[in-house]
Amino acid sequence: MRKIRDFHGGVHPPENKAQSLHGPIRPAGIPPQLIIPLSQSYGSGAVALVEPGQHVAKGEQIARAEGLSGVPEHAPSSGRVAAIEERSIAHPSGLPATCIVLDTDGRDEWIAHHGAEDFRQLEPAALLDLIRNAGISGMGGAGFPAAVKLSVNPANRIETLIINGTECEPYITADQALMRECSVEIIGGAEILAHLLGAKETLIGVEDNKPKGIAALRRAAQGSAIEIVSFPAKYPSGGEKQLIEMLTGKQVPSNGLPADIQVVCQNTSTTLAVYRAVHQGEPLLSRVTTVTGEAVTRPGNYEILNGTPIDWLLQQVGFRQEHCSRLIMGGPMMGFTVTNVAAPITKTSTCLLASTETELPSPPPAQPCIRCGFCSEACPVKLLPQQLYWFARGKEYEKLEDHHLFDCIECGACSYVCPSNIPLVQYYRAGKAQILELRDEHERAERSRVRFEARQERIEKIALARQEKRAQRKAAAEQRAREAGGDGSEQDLIQAAIARSRARRKEQTR
Amino acid sequence: MYELFSQYPFTAAMLALVGLGLVFGAVLGYAAVKFKTEGNPIADQVNDILPQTQCGQCGYPGCRPYAEAIANGEAINRCPPGGETTIAQLADLLGVEAIPLDDEHGEEQPAPLVAYIREDECIGCTKCIQACPVDAILGAAKRMHTVIASECTGCDLCVEPCPVDCIDMLPEPSSVRNWRWEMPAPAEIIATDRAA
Repeated sequence: MRKIRDFHGGVHPPENKAQSLHGPIRPAGIPPQLIIPLSQSYGSGAVALVEPGQHVAKGEQIARAEGLSGVPEHAPSSGRVAAIEERSIAHPSGLPATCIVLDTDGRDEWIAHHGAEDFRQLEPAALLDLIRNAGISGMGGAGFPAAVKLSVNPANRIETLIINGTECEPYITADQALMRECSVEIIGGAEILAHLLGAKETLIGVEDNKPKGIAALRRAAQGSAIEIVSFPAKYPSGGEKQLIEMLTGKQVPSNGLPADIQVVCQNTSTTLAVYRAVHQGEPLLSRVTTVTGEAVTRPGNYEILNGTPIDWLLQQVGFRQEHCSRLIMGGPMMGFTVTNVAAPITKTSTCLLASTETELPSPPPAQPCIRCGFCSEACPVKLLPQQLYWFARGKEYEKLEDHHLFDCIECGACSYVCPSNIPLVQYYRAGKAQILELRDEHERAERSRVRFEARQERIEKIALARQEKRAQRKAAAEQRAREAGGDGSEQDLIQAAIARSRARRKEQTR
Repeated sequence: MYELFSQYPFTAAMLALVGLGLVFGAVLGYAAVKFKTEGNPIADQVNDILPQTQCGQCGYPGCRPYAEAIANGEAINRCPPGGETTIAQLADLLGVEAIPLDDEHGEEQPAPLVAYIREDECIGCTKCIQACPVDAILGAAKRMHTVIASECTGCDLCVEPCPVDCIDMLPEPSSVRNWRWEMPAPAEIIATDRAA
């Protein structure tokens, strides 16, 4: 039995997972229009490869990755590209972004595709290309491109691969449903990742509130070296760093990556997507998303095509508009409110929560901090949330950095326990944004300074060259005047110039 | 020797002190030559804080000259692009009191502006190119010019020389990429507020 360590802090919010676990995973269907944002995740985004009016088959690549951290996009169903334009997307800012709009034809015709015969014959680099070309981004929420996370520096020999099946946030059950129904594929995906990384051990971490998922995984993992580890439920045990600490006892260094301590983490859904990409040659076209909340009459886990508009999806699940007080993308702890229901579901949408006012009451107004210290007891990263709060309010950015603001995982445990209802995480997010902006400004200023100085130097050089030329000309003129018999004085120069111009004029009139 | 010193203690002390003075003077003099600091270190630090807009609103031809003037005692509140933040940083560095921005030199802009050339109206006169302090305008004589937006400091200096007024100073369009979380509005209540 593996020894499970505990991490500091954490909270136990009501789970509310049962509502969405009644039935099996159901396909949501093909909406008449799909909206595929070109920048879905953390990376640099994608560049469209198609033009309006063009017909595309299901699985055809429609956008290529931009830069190393981008993710390519594929048509989730067959149809015609209607437009490439600004559409509103599910983002905390509510701002629009460039999207490929696809009118589906309902035929759902696949492009020719085939999987690898034996992934063990493939070089790690070839496997990595397969995963990159399949457009797989991290499906746990943050959306970091899977291929980037998997291409670790060979100097960091990966010891442990951890498949994150924790899903610690209330309401969300997508990974749990996948574990129950697709355990064989998840184990298969974990084997591919282990082979790719050359990991010595492979663990799947699952909270003990998912007994059926654990049992299914254990059945599927029989005979393989993969170990299923379960541990007591506590939010946020699904945080990458928290999970690593629990399972291995190692802590990811501040400003570091798990790869620095020879660990790589991948989400369950991502692992499944890797399995499908390698064995079936299918790019990532859909995902399982939990649609739940009391304002939905048929809550459950749905297989949803990438780009499905939220309003169309809500119609399919019996949405009661009049009861809904808030529509949240993600869970109640870390999610954000969706302002425009025309926005699409993307690869990173783990959950769509349509809650009523009684279910998730709107936050009461914030009251002054009473320095109770509950927040520092709850913080899983052992930060000092109330200190950070004061510094953020006072715009003391240096102190914020000294108190390790950038180690904050924005889990919301501090705001959850705050008796004064202070939206602490919002202060930290804003503080981080401010610091990044100042850094950015400083970098820009530095560039401007260099350009300004380079320009000054160039102007001086030109002026100097001009002066030199003038001096040369003057010297040459004096020389000529001397040759003409004068003593090189200014008078002579003038006389010589007059004589020259007279001679020229005479020549012209002749 | 010892007897001589004890006979004339005053002269001996004088000689010792003068001797020490000469030795230390030589060491200091050597160090002053050997470890001479190039340029003005305070001006460098000040220049590091200034926003490098190179707009000249302070009355100096660029940030570097203003930094040198500040190092020589010029007021620190003449930089509108830097605004309150820069004044606070300068006050911190120089150990003086932070004073409000001098309105005479312009007002602080809420968001940085970027110059945009209305390209079909541009006649290709190159006047803006010559005015740009950071070489952020691209073009040639009788050819259309354009601003490299990522290098533009928003200094405004290209607007004035344009003979056909085809340069606009616009705020950067907000997008998902440059959007940032904002501080929550401070809506703190105390117990007695609730009843109201």
